[in-house]
Amino acid sequence: MREIAAERVTEVVERLCITACTKLPEDWWEQMDQALAREESEVGKEILQLLCKNAEAAREAGVPICQDTGMAVVFLELGQEAVVVGGSLTEAVTEGVRRGYVGGYLRKSVVDDPLIRKNTGDNTPPIIHTEVVPGDKIKITVAPKGIGSENMSALKMLKPADGAQGVVDFVVEVVDRAGANPCPPIVVGVGIGGMMEKAALLAKKALLRPFGERSPRPHLADLEERILEKVNRLGIGPQGLGGRVTALEVRVEAYPTHIGGLPVAVNLQCHAARHAEETI
Amino acid sequence: MLRITTPVSEVEMRELRSGQKALISGVIYTGRDAAHKRLVETLEKGEPPPVDLENQIIYYVGPCPAKPGQVIGSAGPTTSGRMDPYAPLIIEKMGLKGMIGKGARSQAVVEAMKKHGAVYFLAVGGAGALLAQKVRSAEVVAYEDLGPEAIYRLEVEDFPVIVGIDTLGVDLYETGRERYRAV
Repeated sequence: MREIAAERVTEVVERLCITACTKLPEDWWEQMDQALAREESEVGKEILQLLCKNAEAAREAGVPICQDTGMAVVFLELGQEAVVVGGSLTEAVTEGVRRGYVGGYLRKSVVDDPLIRKNTGDNTPPIIHTEVVPGDKIKITVAPKGIGSENMSALKMLKPADGAQGVVDFVVEVVDRAGANPCPPIVVGVGIGGMMEKAALLAKKALLRPFGERSPRPHLADLEERILEKVNRLGIGPQGLGGRVTALEVRVEAYPTHIGGLPVAVNLQCHAARHAEETI
Repeated sequence: MLRITTPVSEVEMRELRSGQKALISGVIYTGRDAAHKRLVETLEKGEPPPVDLENQIIYYVGPCPAKPGQVIGSAGPTTSGRMDPYAPLIIEKMGLKGMIGKGARSQAVVEAMKKHGAVYFLAVGGAGALLAQKVRSAEVVAYEDLGPEAIYRLEVEDFPVIVGIDTLGVDLYETGRERYRAV
């Protein structure tokens, strides 16, 4: 077994929280250039340029791209030959989020109970998804998720007879209903199959995929193209003020499912497609 | 480009038209979910609210904390629709004349705007780092315990907005989308 100090996990999570909130990944910039070339609306073009200028200003000053620095969603790929020593893994991640949000001047956007709603003051707890994988390393991905786009996400249990067309129709309906609220141009994460919770998790994981990468499975890559084309005919455009670029990308992830089911989850992401990762 | 200085007047607001670009200068107040809930509870009890919003503008924002040397942290608009259950009463009872946010509004809010001469302005969502540069000073004036949801008094200079919904109820989101919709 390879030993990894809990303190090291904390340091990495702290750094990733700050990096994710202040610097957008390299592939994002290229994607925005392409979007700008596609957009026909003058206001739409102005907004895309402004969002790039904003991301640049944030990167240079080391300040958040958006004030909604989100709830920290942390994905752990835990090698089965790695063991965390000197503390609990969950507490190590939580402490990293605490340090990142407090020390990094990020907004504290978490309330302790969905109904009582008292701010926890340090943006904890995070949401942690752990997957055990072969190897002796831990891959940590921090994806701060804002609520503007999260609130417009949706899930539906389709019937097998609804098929691919049912999936297309539902995703387009969700994006249309979302309109300006999720701060378009958006990224559309779609999870199909599994059970209810699996579909939702797949949709969220789809948001971590790099720009420019299609699903390796031809029928899903085709579905991504079909949905993107339809979504961009809705006319919502940048910020919802009208235009061709409503979504930058549609990403579909799938998992085997029950003979009687076709769950579909749609997780929307604003233009600030934030995530940062490190393997230790 | 129009210039608007706060406090504003109903006459001035009724002249604005959906789609016009404007720069706002002067004092504006922040407020989002929790602050709106408290304000409305105060009004319903018949107690005096902690801020005077007569002829003022509310900015729907929960800013990031200021880094050393900053006036305020990133401060872009939040989704306005969450304030819809509270906004009509604040317009009616407190004399609020403007709201800055992003996203769709309910019919009840639009009706209150038409009746009382209030305007819904849009700021660019996700441009919080740039918008924060338009803020000259920031101080908490109510509900400090709410953290990022406290009511701040902001002094802004040339804060860029677009008139989203005017006092005639014309909605820029609808007209903009219609132009490019091909379904």
